[in-house]
Amino acid sequence: MARIDLVDLAHSYGGNDAPEESFALKPVTMTWRRGGAYALLGPSGCGKTTLLNLISGIVTSSRGKILFDGVDVTTQTTQTRNIAQVFQFPVIYDTMTVGQNLAFPLKNRGMPRPEIDARVAEIAGLLDLTPYLSRKAQRLTADAKQKISLGRGLVRSDVAAVLFDEPLTVIDPELKWQLRSKLRALHRDLDLTMIYVTHDQTEALTFADTVVVMHDGRVVQSGTPAELFDRPAHTFVGYFIGSPGMNIVPAQVSGREATISGHAIALNRSYDRLPAGARIEVGVRPEFVEIASPASNLLAANIERIDDLGRVRFAHVRVGDTRFSAKVPPGLSVSGNNAGLVFDPSRVHVYADSLLVEGEA
Amino acid sequence: MDKTINQKAWLLVLPVFLVVAFSAILPLMTVVNYSMQDTFGNNQFFWNGVGWFKELLDPSSDLGSRFFASLWRNLFFSAVILLIEVPLGIVVALSMPRQGWSVAACLVIMALPLLIPWNVVGTIWQIFGRPDIGLLGYTLNHIGINYNYVSNEFDAWATVIVMDVWHWTSLVALLCYAGLKSIPDAYYQAAQIDGASRWAVFTAIQLPKMKRVLLIAVLLRFMDSFMIYTEPFVVTGGGPGNSTTFISIELVKIALGQFDLGKAAALSLVYNLIIIIVCWVFYTVMTNAGVERRAAKGAA
Repeated sequence: MARIDLVDLAHSYGGNDAPEESFALKPVTMTWRRGGAYALLGPSGCGKTTLLNLISGIVTSSRGKILFDGVDVTTQTTQTRNIAQVFQFPVIYDTMTVGQNLAFPLKNRGMPRPEIDARVAEIAGLLDLTPYLSRKAQRLTADAKQKISLGRGLVRSDVAAVLFDEPLTVIDPELKWQLRSKLRALHRDLDLTMIYVTHDQTEALTFADTVVVMHDGRVVQSGTPAELFDRPAHTFVGYFIGSPGMNIVPAQVSGREATISGHAIALNRSYDRLPAGARIEVGVRPEFVEIASPASNLLAANIERIDDLGRVRFAHVRVGDTRFSAKVPPGLSVSGNNAGLVFDPSRVHVYADSLLVEGEA
Repeated sequence: MDKTINQKAWLLVLPVFLVVAFSAILPLMTVVNYSMQDTFGNNQFFWNGVGWFKELLDPSSDLGSRFFASLWRNLFFSAVILLIEVPLGIVVALSMPRQGWSVAACLVIMALPLLIPWNVVGTIWQIFGRPDIGLLGYTLNHIGINYNYVSNEFDAWATVIVMDVWHWTSLVALLCYAGLKSIPDAYYQAAQIDGASRWAVFTAIQLPKMKRVLLIAVLLRFMDSFMIYTEPFVVTGGGPGNSTTFISIELVKIALGQFDLGKAAALSLVYNLIIIIVCWVFYTVMTNAGVERRAAKGAA
C-alpha cells in the first residue's frame, strides 16, 4: 500500500509533439491517499482508463512523474510497481482451476505454497468462490469469471494499490449491487488503496470516499460525493453528477444579483470581481428550484413535461430559449403550461468559463 | 397439418446429383469393380472376389509387404514433419510482428511457399540439392559433408522432410498467428499485472487460446502429408531403392508401372478408407470441442 502522487502527469497516444489539446490526459497533479477508496468518474473517452493504465504502468506517460510513497516509478514496469488491476472484461486462465487462477499472481512471485493456499482460501471466502475452487474456470458464468478476476486483483496483500477498470460492466444489475458492497467491505477488511474507474455516477458515489471527475482529458474536480453535489467546481461536474443534472443557464451577474432572461434572481454572495470577457453562467440543481404558480416576481417558465420519479417529481420547463429542470413541490397540482420558478439563493452558483467562481460574503 | 408433397423438388436436386454421380460415385464404383477382378490384355476380366484385399492385408505376400512398408514410411514421415512443423510454426507465429507495415511484409513472405505448385517445389529442391550444380548440395559437399540424396537413404529422407518443412511451416505459422491475434490485449496486461513470466504467458494464455487453430493445423498437415506424392516423386522418385516410396508412389507404380489394376484398385480403396477414418476422427474431436464451448457459453 502506498501514497500515489501524480506530478504534471500527461499522456498523448500521438507522441509527445502532438498539440496539448489532443492529449488523452492533460497535465494533472494530484495525490491519492494510502488506504483510500477512490472513484474515477467520467464519460467514455475522457481519459480515465488512460490515467489508470499510467498508474499501473501498462502505459508509460509522455510527460510528468508518478511517485509511489515518494519513489519515482514513472519508468518502472507494472511488475516492479507491484500494482493489481482488474479489467472491464473477465480475464481467466482457461486451463487452470479457480483456485489456480487465484494463486497465479502469488505463485509467479514465488510465495511459499502454504501461504498461497491460506491467502487463496481467504479471498475465495470473501468472494463466495470457495465451492468452485477446484472447478475449471473456463466453465463458469461471466459473473463468476469476473469474481475470479477481482479475486486475482485482491489476492496480493502487499500491493501499492488495486485498480478497477469498470469491473462490473458485464455483471447483472442485481449482482452489481452485491459485488459493489462486497468491494466496499473488502476495502475495509483488507485495508487497500483502491481506484475504481466507472462512467456510472451511482457506482462511483456508492463505492468511493473521494470521487475524481474527469472531462475531456482533465481532472475537473475531486471531492466527496457531497462536495460534488453541493459545490460542483466545473459546469461539467454539475451536469454529469445528479439526475437530472444541474441547470446551467447564461446570465448576467453583478453584485448579489443574476439576471436570467431579463429577470433578476437574488444570490447569497456577492460577485463583483468576475473575469472580464468570460462566459458567465449560473448553475442550480433541479432539487433547489421549485415550480410555483405564475407571479410577477418569479421567473416565468413554460412547462413542457413532468416526470414522476416516485418520491419526487421533476418538471421540464423552458425559459426563453433555455431548458430547465425544476422540482415540483409535493401537493402542488399543476394546471396549464405557465409557471414561476422559485430559486434557493444559497444553492445558486456562478460559473465563469465553466469554472466555479467563489463569491464574497 | 398435411405435408405438401412436391415432386418437383427432385428435379431441382437432379443436376447436383448428376454432377456428383459422374465426378465421384461412378469413378469410385469403377475402382470397386476393378478391385474385385483380375485384368488381362484385350479387356479380359476374371472375378477375384476379395482376393486382392486379402493379399494386400497379408504382410507375407509381395503386395502386402510393399503396402505395409510404404504405410509405415508414410506414418513416420507425417509424424516427423508434424513434430517439426507444429513447434516451428508456433515459434514463427510468436516472433512475427503485431502491427505496422512489417506485418503485411511478413504475411506475404510467409504465404509465398504456399502458392508454389507442388512439382515446382519438387523441382526447386531437386536442383537445389544436386551435388554437382545445386547450391545446397554443392555447398554441403564442399564443406566436407558427403551429401547425395540419389544414393544415400538418410540424405533422401532429410531432403524430403526439409522440403516439406520449407513448403508448409508457413501454413501452421499463419494459422497460429490468426489464433494469437484473436487474444484480447487485456489478457497480456493481466498477465503482466499478475507477474507472469514469458513462459507462463505462453502456457497459460497463448497455447490454450491457440488450441483450436492448432487442431486444424495438425489435421490439415497430417492429411496432406499422408497423401504426399508429387514432391518426393520429383526429387527422389521414391528412391534410393524403395526408401522414400510412400503409399501414393507405390500406388502409381502398381497401377501404371505394372498395370495391375486390380491390386491398385484394392490399395486405392484401403488408402481412401484410412484417410476417411482419420478425417472422421478429427472431425468428431473438433466438433465435440465446439459443443463443449457452446455448453460453457450456454451456462454463462
